Amino acid sequence: MSTTYLIKGARVLGGDPADILVRDGVIAGIGPDLAADGAEVVEAGGLVALPGLVDLHTHLREPGREDAETVGSGTRAAAMGGYTAVHAMANTDPVADTAGVVEQVWRLGREAGYCDVQPVGAVTVGLKGERLAEIGAMADSAAAVRVFSDDGHCVSDAVVMRRALEYVKAFDGVVAQHAQEPRLTEGAQMNEGEMSAALGMRGWPAVAEEAIIARDVLLAQHVGSRLHVCHVSTAGSVEIIRWAKSKGCRVTAEVTPHHLLLNDGLAESYDPIYKVNPPLRTADDVTALRHALADGTIDIVATDHAPHPVEAKETEWAVAAMGMIGLETALSVVQEAMVETGLLDWAGVADRMSTAPARIGRLSGQGRPLEAGAPANITLYDPSPRRAVDPAAMASKSRNTPYAGMELPGRVVATFLRGRPTVLEGKLQ
Amino acid sequence: MKRHLISAADLTRDDALLVLDTAEELARATEGSMKKLPTLRGRTVVNLFFEDSTRTRISFEAAAKRLSADVINFSAKGSSVSKGESLKDTALTLEAMGADGVVIRHGASGAPHRLANWVRGSVVNAGDGTHEHPTQALLDAFTMRRRLGDLDGRKVTIVGDILHSRVARSNVLLLNTLGAEVTLVAPPTLLPVAVDTWPAEVSYDLDAVLPKSDVVMMLRVQHERMNAGYFPTVREYSRRYGLDAERMARLADHAIVMHPGPMNRGVEIAAEVADSVRSTIVEQVANGVSARMAVLYLLLGGSEPAIGKEVSQ
Amino acid sequence: MVNAAHRPDDPAETRVTGRDSGADPRQKAVLEGPDIRRALTRIAHEILERTKGGEDVVLLGIQTRGVTLAERLAAALHEVEGRPVPWGSLDVTMYRDDLRLRPARAIRRTELPKGGIEDRVVVLVDDVLFSGRTVRAALDALNELGRPRAVQLAVLVDRGHRELPIRADYVGKNLPTSMRETVKVLLAENDGRDAVLLGPKEEK
Repeated sequence: MSTTYLIKGARVLGGDPADILVRDGVIAGIGPDLAADGAEVVEAGGLVALPGLVDLHTHLREPGREDAETVGSGTRAAAMGGYTAVHAMANTDPVADTAGVVEQVWRLGREAGYCDVQPVGAVTVGLKGERLAEIGAMADSAAAVRVFSDDGHCVSDAVVMRRALEYVKAFDGVVAQHAQEPRLTEGAQMNEGEMSAALGMRGWPAVAEEAIIARDVLLAQHVGSRLHVCHVSTAGSVEIIRWAKSKGCRVTAEVTPHHLLLNDGLAESYDPIYKVNPPLRTADDVTALRHALADGTIDIVATDHAPHPVEAKETEWAVAAMGMIGLETALSVVQEAMVETGLLDWAGVADRMSTAPARIGRLSGQGRPLEAGAPANITLYDPSPRRAVDPAAMASKSRNTPYAGMELPGRVVATFLRGRPTVLEGKLQ
Repeated sequence: MKRHLISAADLTRDDALLVLDTAEELARATEGSMKKLPTLRGRTVVNLFFEDSTRTRISFEAAAKRLSADVINFSAKGSSVSKGESLKDTALTLEAMGADGVVIRHGASGAPHRLANWVRGSVVNAGDGTHEHPTQALLDAFTMRRRLGDLDGRKVTIVGDILHSRVARSNVLLLNTLGAEVTLVAPPTLLPVAVDTWPAEVSYDLDAVLPKSDVVMMLRVQHERMNAGYFPTVREYSRRYGLDAERMARLADHAIVMHPGPMNRGVEIAAEVADSVRSTIVEQVANGVSARMAVLYLLLGGSEPAIGKEVSQ
Repeated sequence: MVNAAHRPDDPAETRVTGRDSGADPRQKAVLEGPDIRRALTRIAHEILERTKGGEDVVLLGIQTRGVTLAERLAAALHEVEGRPVPWGSLDVTMYRDDLRLRPARAIRRTELPKGGIEDRVVVLVDDVLFSGRTVRAALDALNELGRPRAVQLAVLVDRGHRELPIRADYVGKNLPTSMRETVKVLLAENDGRDAVLLGPKEEK
């Protein structure tokens, strides 16, 4: 029999203090001054209670790159970041393009037990963008895959993209596109603009992202399918998505924490800790992304947590791996970029980081409102402390955080996965 | 305090003038009988060349040796680097050797910047990818000053592949620091998108710019660009952006023609232009040694560097 | 002869002569303009005497104020003998043995008169003789430039405290000093007025 927890005095979605009673994996009650015999009391005065966070975009690296991350270490990092579910991207080795691989990842997640691991299936065989992978088999597998993505690679062939969009309709799936026109970004290193010109690095034009998004929203509209746009990074992309939504296109979009906070000026250090795909853009893009997330044009925050071993980053920029870890800092970065700026309240944060991503990923047990009867997926967050980010203290196997030494607000105090604490008092359980 | 010369922007106007003045005195001293100075005796300078560039390496080597430094040449070819050793491990090796100065040539933009985080000595950028080549800009400015005097208000036209040119980047920055007015001439495909933010004018019309120029600097057309679709044919490039005798005739009497070398004769510059009295191409080579001696002396000669900039960790 | 552009900071003997422009009330003038003029005239006569008419003499001033003094000595010799005496400048920065004690400094013009120094009697000229290290550097520099028949040394002020076996052949004024004092030579061409100032050393 599982422990009963009484969470005392938490501010649900940042509202008035209330008690939350957690019993048998569900929220048994919520309200002032609850009591329960034998319950373990979690003092949560001043803490914000959020539905457990859901990440639609995580690289767990297993199978294939267990030196960078494993399902175990990645899900521990997720729990420490307040997540109760993550979508594991398909660009593993072997690629998650068969029912066998997605079931393996799904099973590893279940065994690790720190958060739900929902595999993402590849759109095309080997992420090559040529032939559709066995999307149906992955959908029908034990992993019940609903999100398909060649992330890391763009499905650049318009016909392949059209077929994928059509095909996933059969089981209410969604294609999550990594929007990057390949020819326009050959050898690209960073955002194309003033900084790339000054630093002498091959530019990654905004149009390379925007052109694919424009094409894809038109395709999705044409075939009546669901499209999800990964890691939107430019003001122009926001405009296109806003236009598409106004026309009734079934498009959703995500933004990463790092694109909400960091800009391409950081490349001046030539430290590839800031090298990421899509690249950090300009300060104006950052502003546009924040407002788009606030007004709902961008639906969710997704981490694009991309672990890399030390040697992949301690190099010249040009040969360094792209990507940064983000699970353990996401909520703090969103607080800094969105809450402290008044653009989003805690209810908004709950929607963008839990409710909406669960809805897009079709995870029925996640992202539910904090109310009696709902699965007890709960994140308790203390927004008050500010702390310098310490990579050495992270649960992720990798250390490639761009926030090392940066002072960020907030701290995840506890994470409950179906009534069981994966994190308590800021420590893994 | 550890300071480096990685970008021409690392030099203040005073720094730049100090380098040029020092180079001038060193040039005079070495033109006479003072072939070798004891200044850097006991200092170790490592030439770390990850890219083939015999002329730049020889120039730095001559500069360091004329100042009596111990010179270690480390070429990536045939070394552990070609076996996959990382830049960082190479840097740690240099540290163990006790390099006071590291002159680095590397194919990746920013490699000298990275290196500066890993070694104790001063780093001198001898060309990094498509980023910068600050000592080339210094020797160019030195050459211009020797021919034309003070650079304040001088009109310098740089012609060619600005997008991929480390020489152009460093020259734009340094010449701006020294008060010269720079005009960039190139096909639009070979200009960076944000070139309007640079302290330089831009023109697509070489003929219109030539009569107003005090200096015309022709950049090499790299072979790998020739078939990459930046311009239709080499012939068309040459017709629109090459400097031939007919175009040279439009220059003012005092104007000079420069080229960082190596040249593609008949592509960006005609043979009769390269060999004309306006051409400073041979002087540039000699001036390179003086400018690099000045840089090495000012970085390594004293208790701490007199020029350059720290690198943020 | 074109002199190097005037700079506020004397690179050769900053440690000895101090940095400020002489307005410091703690500094007192031990020689004034007329004293300096007399001293140089006397040195000029001594040079003629010791070199038997100054036939082969070349004056080489050590940058920066030594150059000014060499020029003045040349003029004085010219006046006495009625014929010009060749003079030039010598920058010894690159030969100093104490380069690494301070940041690298600007170097100045080295310019020999026409006819060079080969087989001549070179008189090195400097403002202050102190440790002797500047003179040692000058001898090294000279060695690279040619082979004089003899080298002599003329200084405006000898303040003592030698660290090397070097002495001057011609001295304008012997000035006993303490190590806690600075001696600063001002010359009209460089500093707007002539004076030799003695003051306390600035504590670092």
